[in-house]
Amino acid sequence: MDINTFSKINDNRWEIEPRGKMRVPAVIHASEALIRDMDDKVREQIVNVATLPGIVSAAHAMPDAHWGYGFPIGGVAAFDPAQDGVISAGGVGFDISCGVRTHLTGLGRNDIESQRNKLADALLRNIPAGIGSRGDITLGKRGMDDMLAGGAGWALSEGYGEARDLEFIEDNGRADGALPRHVSQRARQRQCREMGTLGSGNHYLEIQEITDIHDAETARVFGLVKGECVVTIHCGSRGLGHQIGTEFLREMAMAAADYGIALPDRELACAPIESEIGRRYTGAMRSAINCALANRQILGHLMREVFHPFWPGLELNLLFDVSHNTCKPEFHIVSGQRKTLYVHRKGATRALGPGHPGIPEKFQSTGQPVLIGGSMGTESWVLAGMESSEDTAFSSACHGAGRCMSRNQARKRWQGRQVVDGLAERGITVRSPSMRGVAEEAPGAYKDVSEVVLASENAGLARRVARLKPVICIKG
Amino acid sequence: MNGVRSAARPMPGWEHFAHVADIGVRGFGPSMERAFEQAALAMISVISDLSTIRACETVDIACRAPDADFLLADWLNAIVFEMATRNMLFSRFEVTITENRLRGRASGEAVDVARHKPAAEIKGATLSELKVTQTSDGRWIAQCIVDV
Repeated sequence: MDINTFSKINDNRWEIEPRGKMRVPAVIHASEALIRDMDDKVREQIVNVATLPGIVSAAHAMPDAHWGYGFPIGGVAAFDPAQDGVISAGGVGFDISCGVRTHLTGLGRNDIESQRNKLADALLRNIPAGIGSRGDITLGKRGMDDMLAGGAGWALSEGYGEARDLEFIEDNGRADGALPRHVSQRARQRQCREMGTLGSGNHYLEIQEITDIHDAETARVFGLVKGECVVTIHCGSRGLGHQIGTEFLREMAMAAADYGIALPDRELACAPIESEIGRRYTGAMRSAINCALANRQILGHLMREVFHPFWPGLELNLLFDVSHNTCKPEFHIVSGQRKTLYVHRKGATRALGPGHPGIPEKFQSTGQPVLIGGSMGTESWVLAGMESSEDTAFSSACHGAGRCMSRNQARKRWQGRQVVDGLAERGITVRSPSMRGVAEEAPGAYKDVSEVVLASENAGLARRVARLKPVICIKG
Repeated sequence: MNGVRSAARPMPGWEHFAHVADIGVRGFGPSMERAFEQAALAMISVISDLSTIRACETVDIACRAPDADFLLADWLNAIVFEMATRNMLFSRFEVTITENRLRGRASGEAVDVARHKPAAEIKGATLSELKVTQTSDGRWIAQCIVDV
């Protein structure tokens, strides 16, 4: 992307002043090198977001921003319902509340090493992954409604996970204000056999070694010890979220003109927060958030069941569970006034700083754990929310590495078996039902996540706490 | 990746086009119907090699939309829904369109992971790069980006 179309505010903040139909500036929080590597579409899309009604302060792009649909992936925008602000199905995306959770194991790399192959096989056998896989749970109408309203708490009441988990999930594992009656029959149908499934594409379960600590005090509070391993799960709201996204995107795109909204791109489909469609979508989208939270809670439980025969009594405490495709009502201070804003984060993680009332007591001094997924061959990161993140981008940070190569290009360049063998030589065991899927997710198809997290820290969004390297990866 | 097509004559065919995070699907044909069928084949080939999927079971699909663009998105999303809920993959499509009403048939079989080696499931057809047009040589093009 041509950097000259932005004004440099500092090394990690670049802006486009409002022009044309833009209501607010468009801001990219990234280093010059990262911006130069971004697709031109990122600029076009973040400028388009800046034109939407009721947007507050600025349209933000995170350091890992890339070409999405409507919003860039890595886009953050807040809307004020009192100023005819909108809620956008395109701004949340298809995989509503897709996110990451990390469990602490307390096991050293050597402990995992001693069971490596048996553990990898057991995980592949017990974690439903990939196309055609089904969970053991079949939900009827009543169970589905309870799940959609209850989130991770519902999963707990069904026997999945531990009560202590809930405190360490965003919003205690449940989105308030879910309205399951606005979730269509078709969305329910897509979900009735998909609870407790990982999905495919870039979704994974990974055992990772903590290889570097960047902030010793925060790592201590988080329970991260160099040389120990964690388990990280990346997945979302499965078929239910995809179907809700599909249906409301269509409906909002068609209705936009009725609300006097000129969409620069149909994929930015949105409606006023305080409209009939806006309220229906909000209720359905929150139900999908609960579905994702319940799904990750079940997967966390299935993972514990795999570990226990190997290490009886192991607690596998949840470090934290974050979502990176959401829209949430939150309090923010704008021009000295406290306002409720609807903050869209599409491929962006909420990153609350120290002292924020929205994070558990345990993290009051450190800020919220922000979990960043890399690619299977490289690395992932644990960051912590910073105080400065509130003023910088509504307490938001990056979410992952982001692709730098299309799936077709990746498949032309690598074969699945070759990727698996190459990673095995580097001490990484990959298990997947699909070798083609592995080729498409080859490490080389992703950007360097270490650059992204460094820019995140330098931009004041979230600071680096620990680097994680993969040991065993189960790919959907 | 390409299906059989010719730029000179309006023969049916399909191709993928680039999107860094996901993938674009594009169908060509001498009519809108054939282009829709080809776009569906392009979408399935994001998941599996079409030649591995036997067309032994047929599912009827009906959609209705205010214009051809939305009709294409609805058609592709209806296929995504049938694949997800029936746990099937399809390799043959037949489409008839009258005044923005589509009647379609999708033929395929239950997913067999060993044989189909599915790479990734499709979350949905997006409205990005969504376009149904006829070129000056009479050829129809139906395309959009699908979220993987």
